[in-house]
Amino acid sequence: MEMSFDLLGNAVVSGLLLGGFYAAVTIGVTISFGMLDIVNIAHPAFIILGSYIAYIANTTWGIDPILAAVIALPAFYALGAAVYQVYYVAFERRGDEALRGLAFFFGLLFITEVTLVLVFGVDYRLVEAPYIGPSLHLGIVDLPLRLLVPFMVALVMVSGLQLFMSHSFLGRAILAVAQDPLALRLMAADPTRIKRVAFALSIATTSLAGAVLIVIQPVEPSIGRDYIGRVFAICVLGGMGSFAGTLVAAMALGIVESLTSTFYGPSWSPAVAFGFLLVTLAVRPAGIFGR
Amino acid sequence: MSGTKFVLALLIAAAAVFGAARLIGNAYVFFAGYVVLQYIALATAWNILGGYTGYVNFGTAAFFALGAYTTVVLHKLTSLPLPLMMPIGGIVSGIVGLGTGYLTLRLRGAFFSIATLAMAVVAQTLITNWDFVGGARGAYIVRPAQAWLFGIDYIQYLFLVMLALVVIVLAAARGIERSRLGYGFATIRDDEVAAEASGVPTLRLKLLATTLSGAFMGMAGAPLPYYVTYLDPTSGFSLAYAVNGVAMPLVGGTSSWLGPVIGAVLLGTLQQVATVTISSALNLLIVGLMLVGFVIVAPNGILGLLRFGRGRARA
Repeated sequence: MEMSFDLLGNAVVSGLLLGGFYAAVTIGVTISFGMLDIVNIAHPAFIILGSYIAYIANTTWGIDPILAAVIALPAFYALGAAVYQVYYVAFERRGDEALRGLAFFFGLLFITEVTLVLVFGVDYRLVEAPYIGPSLHLGIVDLPLRLLVPFMVALVMVSGLQLFMSHSFLGRAILAVAQDPLALRLMAADPTRIKRVAFALSIATTSLAGAVLIVIQPVEPSIGRDYIGRVFAICVLGGMGSFAGTLVAAMALGIVESLTSTFYGPSWSPAVAFGFLLVTLAVRPAGIFGR
Repeated sequence: MSGTKFVLALLIAAAAVFGAARLIGNAYVFFAGYVVLQYIALATAWNILGGYTGYVNFGTAAFFALGAYTTVVLHKLTSLPLPLMMPIGGIVSGIVGLGTGYLTLRLRGAFFSIATLAMAVVAQTLITNWDFVGGARGAYIVRPAQAWLFGIDYIQYLFLVMLALVVIVLAAARGIERSRLGYGFATIRDDEVAAEASGVPTLRLKLLATTLSGAFMGMAGAPLPYYVTYLDPTSGFSLAYAVNGVAMPLVGGTSSWLGPVIGAVLLGTLQQVATVTISSALNLLIVGLMLVGFVIVAPNGILGLLRFGRGRARA
């Protein structure tokens, strides 16, 4: 195939934008898996839940999907706190997170997906917003707004969380619990409470991530599974608990996927993410920024 | 009970099951019974890795489907009888298990689990893009009217083949449980660092468990194309297999070979009934809810509940 420069440029740019969106999808896993060591494989299911909330708000009341996600943030935060409480009581306290904790999240993933199928069916759902459709044209490069807006939302979310983590007391406590829960306990702070806040925060991000997902593409309940490989690949490649690493790794994956689907066809793109993950785990499990 | 006696008891039980199914004489019994038997094999295979060493495999569907697709390939290229195709399917899945394990088992357990999820999607994408086995459109398999060996009805033959596999897998699982190998696996599950420090070759044992477990899953999948006669990637790699593979051992109890059997018979039968009477989406929801409910409330499954009851009765 002749590789045209236009095609290449557009593929790279849309890969970058896609990567920003992947960062939004992954940032919650960076907190739960990277920092708290909770292997929440149900994370993509919560994202799909977020998409459906945005869908309902958009189709019934005509609310902008991203605004709907912002309104739903506290509900997702509460959901996250509740899930952590169950996880803590049933598994973490018993030291049983390895086998049954994983199975618990797998079950949650499955229950969410099947419930959505029962309620909404397997049809693709989509939302309406003024930025879905038009594109900006910069020279030979097209910037579709439906990718650009999620990209901006992702950047705002990632930098907001970064500021929170590095400048607030609670944020620093979360970083501390990631490093050494025992030391935190010696400082008279309760690691469980801080982990609950952090996990709740990670689930809260899925509200926004779900909204931008349904802006980018139509959603049906099972597409969440395609994201499991992506989010964990990005999280690991980005060095587990690092926001900056997550952003860079997400963009790298976005570009690779976009190039693959431009030059080999979109049916290969799920394998790219998972191949990325397998190679990362085999070659560099500490991630690009890991020590 | 010694190993030989156990195998004899299994064979008698298997003969009794087949005889009872023949007595009822309804083809549906064989259709439904085949699925339950297939789940016993899958759940027991999962438990060899998951229950004995404590490593969670979410890729049951992939190992299973690779066995099935090996049969599709062999069916197109050769005229081998099914009982010879099954070991080949097992070898293919076993090698994939070994490869996945080799890449990730040196890391923490969670990485292995995530990698199995990833492997399932990679394998499905490869099969979907492989035209020889039908690609996304799927493959039709014309099954012989009569079985290769006994001249019995084909569905009865499939039932018999799966029954034989169940006997083999159960004998292997119980054999492992009572051997040095089983104790080695248990040390990994209980404290891997301590095991490694006391000279248990943990990586080698984990790779062995992954390979065996994957191979048995592949063998369980190998007859599938003849059972369904039409196989496409979405149904072969269905999440139902992955979720049942995890749910059945955990609901039944992972500590002994009996647990997955109890879980598979219970959940398998329940799903057969629910598929007919309610809907297939709803019965998957039941499986998911039972999985979550059991891991929270009864971490040792039905076996654990039974032992707890017995312990209390004695006290």
